[in-house]
Amino acid sequence: MELFGDPAVWLPFTFAALMGLSILIYVVLDGFDLGVGVLFPFAEPAERDRMIASIGPFWDANETWLVLAIGILLVAFPSAHGAILTALYLPVAVMLIGLILRGVAFEFRAKAPLTQKRAWDGAFYAGSLMTSLAQGFMLGLYIMGLEQSWATYGFAILTAVFLTVGYSFIGATWLILKTESALQRKAVDWAKGGIWGLVLGLGAISAASPLVSPRIFDKWFSMPEFLYLAPFPILSGLLVLGLWRGLQRLPAEGDKGAWQPFAGSIALFTLAFLGLAYSFYPYVVPEKLTIYEAASAPESLIIILVGTCFVLPAILAYTALAYVIFRGKATELSYD
Amino acid sequence: MDTLILSRIQFGANISFHILFPTITIALGWVLLFFKLRFRWTGDAKWMQAYRFWVKVFALSFAMGVVSGITMSFQFGTNWPGFMETVGNIAGPLLAYEVMTAFFLEAVFLGIMLFGASRVPDWLHTTATFLVAFGTTMSAFWILVLNSWMHTPAGFEMRDGVAFATDWWAIIFNPSMPYRLVHMLIASGLTCAFLIAGLSAFRWLWGDRSEGVRATLAFGASLGAVLIPVQILVGDMHGLNTLEHQPQKVAAMEGNWETGPNVPLLLFAIPDEDARENRFEIGIPNGASLILKHKADGVVPGLNDFVTEDGEVLHPPVSKVFYSFRVMIGTGVAMLFLSWAAVALMLRRHPEGGRRGVEGLPKPVLWAFVAMAFSGWLATLAGWYTTEIGRQPWLVEGVLMTRDAVADVPAPLVLGTLITYLVVYAALILAYVSVLFYLARKAAKGESLPERATPGSGAAEVQLLQPGE
Ligand code: HDD
Ligand code: HEM
Ligand code: HEM
Repeated sequence: MELFGDPAVWLPFTFAALMGLSILIYVVLDGFDLGVGVLFPFAEPAERDRMIASIGPFWDANETWLVLAIGILLVAFPSAHGAILTALYLPVAVMLIGLILRGVAFEFRAKAPLTQKRAWDGAFYAGSLMTSLAQGFMLGLYIMGLEQSWATYGFAILTAVFLTVGYSFIGATWLILKTESALQRKAVDWAKGGIWGLVLGLGAISAASPLVSPRIFDKWFSMPEFLYLAPFPILSGLLVLGLWRGLQRLPAEGDKGAWQPFAGSIALFTLAFLGLAYSFYPYVVPEKLTIYEAASAPESLIIILVGTCFVLPAILAYTALAYVIFRGKATELSYD
Repeated sequence: MDTLILSRIQFGANISFHILFPTITIALGWVLLFFKLRFRWTGDAKWMQAYRFWVKVFALSFAMGVVSGITMSFQFGTNWPGFMETVGNIAGPLLAYEVMTAFFLEAVFLGIMLFGASRVPDWLHTTATFLVAFGTTMSAFWILVLNSWMHTPAGFEMRDGVAFATDWWAIIFNPSMPYRLVHMLIASGLTCAFLIAGLSAFRWLWGDRSEGVRATLAFGASLGAVLIPVQILVGDMHGLNTLEHQPQKVAAMEGNWETGPNVPLLLFAIPDEDARENRFEIGIPNGASLILKHKADGVVPGLNDFVTEDGEVLHPPVSKVFYSFRVMIGTGVAMLFLSWAAVALMLRRHPEGGRRGVEGLPKPVLWAFVAMAFSGWLATLAGWYTTEIGRQPWLVEGVLMTRDAVADVPAPLVLGTLITYLVVYAALILAYVSVLFYLARKAAKGESLPERATPGSGAAEVQLLQPGE
């Protein structure tokens, strides 16, 4: 293994990259189905079935990326895992309860007596909302270096709201892609309403990160880096503009361009995520523990990596297969 | 109460809730595949009816298993950081392999299995069903490897208080793994068999005489009858293996205080941990010696050997292990009686020739099946309590004490989350059980089961009712 240089250097880096990748995939994928849940109360009961149908075949696999991300944190950076999760004890619990509620409501609403359906719809909405808010709250606290004070809680509440609106935005763009007629028109309106959350959220995080940490400030505003980083805000700005203009034109004749908002929001989430990753590298617990200090024994990491090389491509392939099988509008989705 | 005890209760509650659903899905996945293949081969619509009803139970159970499993994977970090810090090098890869080889497989192909019947060719749907069943079994494999390793650790060395893997083969095939895996898989089969028989009997009692319900009632009862003797045999071997590696646990299971020969098999007793003796003992003379050593004067270890000179107790709490063990055995014996009686009744000859089949089952037997619909849960939980409480005070036998792994989270916070979990779990179990009976009642009345109300469901129905080529 000396081939690649010191395994104590490249292994932690590889695992940090893998963890980042699965968090990103998780945020995009579960982001859209959580968002669909957050939008639930705005839809008519009949439309709700359609909304559920659009995410039915995907949500379980989407959530598995969270399990993988937390799994990598656990296996590759055990001490960071303990430090982060004990610091986030309460929001994690809120998120878990939320995930439980929405995951089971999914099945119960279709199987329990009809009189209970509204109650399970409520549970689905409440669970999606709790999960999104809790994740946003954790993101905020993490950016604040996991410090616990009223000021950091305040910021975390802000990111909680923005992330939730951001999720409902990507959820709405997913619905634009997967639905038609009245519901699709509604989804366009929801997306127009949601885009501000994304913009404000990106703005707040970009403004706060360098202010909280002088290290991040230096990473952004010292000279050559500043130039390399310039494309990030510029691209993001262009994307937001493009998304906004695109949404004005939808729904279009022959459903043209219905995929664009969803693709645009994936790109936006990715850019924001890369920015965050750049700011925090090489720390896994902000300002306290780097990935190199927190990594497990190379022997154990190698064992996992070998498996990953075979299994990850397979996972990506059959995930793609599922999206191909269930392509197209959600109308014809049937359950059996 | 302090953080340690609260975290233990919380962990116990979460894992107990989680295990209920995998116990059903591990075996039900294979049962569904069986129903589907039977339908393909025989073209008999009753197998499709069976599939269509039980796939709904599967989907619901699966969702419950997934959400409670996600809770489990966060628990290690939120409540037991010491676990990963000490044995993370071993537990980590095992958990990672579970996620990669099992969870994704199940989750992705579950979507195709549940929603794809009208979108993919029949062979692909069958393959998806197979992969889901295979995935749940892989999950069970990896997690049981980890759990067994915690009971009988092997293939590692300690450096500066942290475990490092030296031999992955020895870690995976650690001494208790084969027994635990087989015993758990059969437990899942039994849980499923009695659930199927119980709900089918319930439908029968509601007047359902469809071919589908006949098929599943006979299937459930026979599966139970075949598996239970095997389970008893495997359980016995499991116990002998435990005797070798964790004698203090077996001593607690038997309620035996003093090491010695001619130890009776206690049917009932009240272990008194302060006086270190049993009260109200009712036992079969030499029974424990015979079972554990196959000799009437075989020497059975006693709990008093596991108290150090200065009085520190290194054996598990006795009465919890003792009673849990008896609940599991008692349930197993009840399963044996009921399933064998049912099979004997079904095999009786009809005056006009042929066997009586399910018609031969009298009402009390049918009601007994309904009452035992969830007996698999009882035995499984009792078995896990025996094994896990029997490992205390160790978290990883001989390596890490439970009290050294706990997180430094304020007790009131843990109490708060614990209460929330308990409330949610109680509500969900209630909802789950009542929905199963609701579905059974609806099916019995011949009403179509609720579909996901989306246009086009009919297409799937038509296609599924065609036998494959
Ligand atoms: C339907 C479920 C079921 C049934 C009917 C039985 N068991 Fe069991 N038993 C389990 C489900 C289970 C389990 C949940 O799967 C456990 C917990 C952990 C494990 O490895 O298996 C278990 C554990 C367990 C242990 C503890 C092993 C250890 O120390 O770790 C022993 C000795 C037995 N079993 C023995 C038996 C015997 C002699 C049975 C005969 C009646 C029996 N079991 C019926
Ligand atoms: C295979 C995966 C499992 C792992 C990795 C595991 C791990 C643990 C851990 C970390 C503890 C220590 C915390 C504590 O003392 O409460 C524990 C105890 C416990 N576990 Fe497990 N467990 C597993 C399976 C199960 C299952 C399936 C059940 C029950 C259905 C179960 C029931 C318990 C109980 C009741 C305790 C509490 C013992 C006590 O505190 O006296 N476990 N286990
Ligand atoms: C501490 C231990 C455990 C953890 C961390 C854990 C974690 C998980 C997670 C995250 C899932 C959801 C996977 C998905 O997203 O699809 C899951 C499902 C599953 N678990 Fe566990 N689990 C534990 C104990 C157990 C035990 C003891 C068993 C059985 C012997 C088991 C068997 C399964 C199976 C078969 C599934 C998939 C099927 C289903 O969800 O119904 N797990 N587990």
